[in-house]
Amino acid sequence: MSYLLSATCAVPAAGAVLTAALPAGTSEARRRTTKTVALAVSVLTLGLAAAIAVAFEPGGARYQLTESHSWIRSFGISFSLGADGIGTALVLLTAVLVPLVMLAGWHDADPAAPEGSFESKRRTQAFFALILAVEAMVLVSFLATDVFVFYVFFEAMLIPMYFLIGGFGDRAGGPDADRQRSYAAVKFLLYNLLGGLVMLAAVIGLYVVAGDQGQATFSLTALTDAISSGKLVIDPNAQRALFLGFFFAFAVKAPMWPLHTWLPNAMGESTAGTAVLITAVVDKVGTFAMLRFCLGLFPDASKTFAPVIMVLALIGIVYGALVAIGQKDIKRLVAYASISHFGFIILGVFAMTSQGQSGATLYMVNHGISTAAWMLVAGFLISRRGSRLIADYGGVQKVAPVLAGTFLIGGLATLSLPGMAPFVSEFLVLVGTFSRYPAIGIVATFGIVLAALYALLLYQRTMTGPVKAGVEGVRDLKVRELAVVAPLVALTLLLGVYPKPLTDLVNPAVNDTLSQVHRTDPAPAHPVAATNGGEQK
Amino acid sequence: MIPVHALAAANGSGPSIPAPHIEYGQLSPMLVVFGAALLGVLVEAFLPRRLRATAQLGVSLLGLGGAFAAVVVLAAQGHGTTRAGLLAMGAVAIDGPALFLQGVILLTAVLAVLTYAEGRLEPRINGHRVDAFAAQAAAVPGGEQERDATREGLRTTEIYPLTLFAVGGMLLFPAANDLLTMFVALEVLSLPLYLMCALARRRRLISQEAAVKYFLLGAFASAFFLFGTALVYGYAGSLQLGEIADVVSGVSQVTPALAVTTQNDALLLIGLAMLAVGLLFKVGAVPFHSWTPDVYQGAPTPVTGFMAAATKTAAFGALLRLFYVAFPGIRWDWRPVMWGVAILTMVVGAVLAITQQDVKRLLAYSSVAHAGFILTGLIATDRRGVAAVLFYLLAYSFVTLGAFAVVTLVRDSKGEATHLSNWAGLGRRSPLLAAVFALFLLAFAGIPLTSGFTGKFAVFQAAAEGGATPLVIVGVLSSAVAAFFYIRVIVLMFFSDPQPSGPAVAVPSPLTATAIGVGVLVTLGLGLLPQYFLDLASKAALFTR
Repeated sequence: MSYLLSATCAVPAAGAVLTAALPAGTSEARRRTTKTVALAVSVLTLGLAAAIAVAFEPGGARYQLTESHSWIRSFGISFSLGADGIGTALVLLTAVLVPLVMLAGWHDADPAAPEGSFESKRRTQAFFALILAVEAMVLVSFLATDVFVFYVFFEAMLIPMYFLIGGFGDRAGGPDADRQRSYAAVKFLLYNLLGGLVMLAAVIGLYVVAGDQGQATFSLTALTDAISSGKLVIDPNAQRALFLGFFFAFAVKAPMWPLHTWLPNAMGESTAGTAVLITAVVDKVGTFAMLRFCLGLFPDASKTFAPVIMVLALIGIVYGALVAIGQKDIKRLVAYASISHFGFIILGVFAMTSQGQSGATLYMVNHGISTAAWMLVAGFLISRRGSRLIADYGGVQKVAPVLAGTFLIGGLATLSLPGMAPFVSEFLVLVGTFSRYPAIGIVATFGIVLAALYALLLYQRTMTGPVKAGVEGVRDLKVRELAVVAPLVALTLLLGVYPKPLTDLVNPAVNDTLSQVHRTDPAPAHPVAATNGGEQK
Repeated sequence: MIPVHALAAANGSGPSIPAPHIEYGQLSPMLVVFGAALLGVLVEAFLPRRLRATAQLGVSLLGLGGAFAAVVVLAAQGHGTTRAGLLAMGAVAIDGPALFLQGVILLTAVLAVLTYAEGRLEPRINGHRVDAFAAQAAAVPGGEQERDATREGLRTTEIYPLTLFAVGGMLLFPAANDLLTMFVALEVLSLPLYLMCALARRRRLISQEAAVKYFLLGAFASAFFLFGTALVYGYAGSLQLGEIADVVSGVSQVTPALAVTTQNDALLLIGLAMLAVGLLFKVGAVPFHSWTPDVYQGAPTPVTGFMAAATKTAAFGALLRLFYVAFPGIRWDWRPVMWGVAILTMVVGAVLAITQQDVKRLLAYSSVAHAGFILTGLIATDRRGVAAVLFYLLAYSFVTLGAFAVVTLVRDSKGEATHLSNWAGLGRRSPLLAAVFALFLLAFAGIPLTSGFTGKFAVFQAAAEGGATPLVIVGVLSSAVAAFFYIRVIVLMFFSDPQPSGPAVAVPSPLTATAIGVGVLVTLGLGLLPQYFLDLASKAALFTR
């Protein structure tokens, strides 16, 4: 038994405790120590994640590097971890983004006012410790092969996330920013908690149903094996109810229209780093879990509900894009753009074709990278001008060309310009959807047009034209900020022209998922749909 | 109780025994506690005033610790499992659930006594440290006598023997194997509690009002219980739970004299309903919950913590024994009713808590909601259900005690600042205390990796396996509602600006700090590594008859 996976999860967890225990940040030097320690821990985690990727053999077993530790025997729960291609890709994404988020938010948790009487002295520690805690829990969620373990961490990650949203804002809000922020945090928590509790009922229900047939276990591999081999037959009605219980939680988390309304609040009010953490990392757990749990555990119910879910996802694509066009607030615009993108991911998952699901998995990674670039640069811009309103900006490219340029790359990636990473995944999702549901595929394509509108309009309004009053003082990106943006831009371009490593990683897992739902790709009516998604580009 | 058994024996249900046989060894936990209580009375009578507080604390801790040691020894000897049995001529059952709950009650009481002895919160009077209890309980509030007593720095050290008597009753309550013993235990635990509620040093009127309310409603509930006992006796011709069960399920011969009444199921059902009312009152289930907020608010906070944790534990033990030992034969009659009670309790507790503005009232309604969650485990009617309830009570007791101990620390010049608006911004002034309270709230809300989640999962799983899926769904939804008000307090503490003249957090002595610290450890321990205690609970989850 290898301990690589649990070590990867344990390092950020231990780092969180360590960071929280460091001496209070009363001086700049002490705060820098805290930040450096946290950053070092996240880089170490990145190293371990890279080790997982290296050790993982794409052609091998579905779950590799598996380990299992007895945890709560009375409930039939063991702390089991296992990496599959999809999980590994998302672990890598998480491990790459967290250090960048920390670097981007280097000064977000400095005391607002040095003489602030009630400002806690441990603010900096709290911020970085919470980020590491979120990372640890997200990693466990991506690697868990036990339904209960997944549930526990899926739910527990809400708490550090909640404090990150509620406790740390971007100082660009209005006079009632504090109230808005705590409202956003509570909304985030209540939506997700409700989803999680409904899932809890379904988790218990699954255990009881499986137990009735002598399969009382929470082990995902045991359950999916029993289901696909026909040893465990869940009554169709029960299966639908359990599917909905799980799906509800994931749809809130993802978020899917019409359960999305917490996301704009949460992303708008929190710091840019936290917003990236939400949309690029935490929300991915939702879409990832749809793929792994909904499809793996309830194949028949997934097929039953797929058309409905596809329609909802489609509404989300169009609605998110339309609302994004009308936003006045930069961060809320990015949030609605994300809602539109999550629609694409869900579309790809439930199209149940190999292109669709490979596309959806790539989309999760690519959306994470491109949105992180877009959002973090937007955050740098907002912190310079002190406003989130689009109307306060204009002509930034004249005073800060590098900032404007990277912002444009982020925006172009978001609208899936060919050559950028998201293009590959969006194309795959559309092809995969079209081959089974042509009508939905056609409508979804309009999402790309709308994406071009909101992304380019945002650029045009903020960056071009005459320099607005208040913008002249905007300075260009600093070295630290360049260090954040450069890797993201590089990855966007690299995965845009050469996505093969990623597709090789995820394709076996996708095919395995499809065989669990007993779906094969529809026979090609014309020779467009190639079988290997990696050659689409 | 002896005449009762003489009666039962005369009715031919067993051989007649001339003298009662008492197994002192197995009753030792109760005997030790009652002995310590009597010693406490003597201390009160004979020791000079300045020594009393220390002496009482010592006596209480020794008594409770000794009793806990006795429980551990009994459990180690197998009295909870293989050697479980009926004692004192069938009046008391020492078995797994009894020993488990006695252990929980004793540990809770130890922590509660530590918070009683806290002397650093109130300002010193004439150099005397004073605690949270009235200077002189008999003095009229606001009167001259009270002023004198306060000025002299008097303390009501009687609280310790009163607590010990209550603990003694609580130890007997879940172990009582006949209805009269159960009633006696109920009274022995209740009467001291009524008094203790009236002993707050500050806000004495509201404290006395709480005591009167608790007493009146409690006496009413006891009367229900007693009347139910009479009816069930009329039906079954016995007060022993095991014998009642035999008559109910038609196994054993009915006393010829009662042949007519045994035909009469109304007697049985009404009797059971009245017994249930008496016990549901004690656990604070809806619709018998209306005393909880007033009493929790009025009572001195250390007493509230003790009462909320230990009384609930003891009463659920008795409720379990009543339903599982005496009335499993008619579970199809009582289960639907208990379904209704559980659903009402969960929903009403969670919904009413939302509107509360006082932290003690909030915790009171939260305790009502938790009673509902525990009832879902009771409804499972199998061994896993019992194990789940036992574990839940263990987890819940420590969280509750810890939470109320934190409440004692948040103070302004008028004493404890329990109004929620006073808690605004606490997280910025005292991050550690606020974090601890947030942990307790998250445990109440059942967030994973805390003891509250493990307990909730255990009862819901047991209920689902027992076929009560709708209950689980209601439970899950009311958990979501309940989460809302726990989160509201966290928002208030961490994300609101502190009031300029807000309360300060008093620095506690090691006594309260220990109580809170143990609460935190248990809360995290039972959340992260619950296996040992789940095993213990499931081993203990078999009632003897």
